[in-house]
Amino acid sequence: MNERQILFDKIQKYSFAIKELNLYLDTHPDCRRALALFNKYNTLLKDAESEYTSRFGPITPVQTNDTQHWSWIDEPWPWERR
Amino acid sequence: MWQYEKKLQYPVNIKNPNPKLAQFIITQLGGPDGELSAALRYINQRYVMPYSEVKGILTDIGTEELAHVEIISTIIYQLTRNLSIDQIKESGFDTYFVDHTTGIYPIAASGTPFTAAYFQCKGDVITDLHEDMAAEQKARTTYDNILRMADDPDVRDPIRFLRQREVVHYQRFGEALRITQDNLNSKNFYACNPAFDANCGRRK
Repeated sequence: MNERQILFDKIQKYSFAIKELNLYLDTHPDCRRALALFNKYNTLLKDAESEYTSRFGPITPVQTNDTQHWSWIDEPWPWERR
Repeated sequence: MWQYEKKLQYPVNIKNPNPKLAQFIITQLGGPDGELSAALRYINQRYVMPYSEVKGILTDIGTEELAHVEIISTIIYQLTRNLSIDQIKESGFDTYFVDHTTGIYPIAASGTPFTAAYFQCKGDVITDLHEDMAAEQKARTTYDNILRMADDPDVRDPIRFLRQREVVHYQRFGEALRITQDNLNSKNFYACNPAFDANCGRRK
């Protein structure tokens, strides 16, 4: 795995942890332990995403800051990734 | 993947319930030219598209259509709040109410449930983009017909917004078609299918 793939892999793992905690918190909105874990992975995700998007391109359209070329449409699209 | 945002793309604040309006506006949720069929059409078609502009526009318009599903559903929800049984019977909403109460279920104005038969994914860029342009115009006509029949300004305002989006989407799909044709043989755009045939069209 190259650096890009390692970072992207982290983003997918943090995002999934956050999704799982999100669902749990929807039915346990006062669980402090789950809230702390959500915040922990949310920070990790934000840091990983900001590094990834500054080096390799956007994951969502609002993560672009282009002046010459709209990088949002650049390949690969997720269904093309190996 | 998709993330939910806790906001409507365009605000909906309907003061007066009106189940009669809801009964025909619901066609833009579950009808033949509705927002649900639009979203599924574009999100399904995008995978085999050979050009990044076309992958992008189908993904982004498909995503916007999901937000339009939510706007139409919100309109139906607000039009059917706090109804008395007399209002339900007098308005003709009783045929919907008996099966769904006031839950939001995707059907056409005629009552036909939503079906994937409303859209096509042909796996041919030119064919699919023509379908998409036609779909936007059909949805625009449906919104025009809704505007002919709906007089509540609280309803007309978000419907006018949705109608205008159909016009913009039609424009963008037209450009996607032009980009596709620019990559093909100008003497015969239909000589091959760049989504399937090898060496058909310049891949970007």
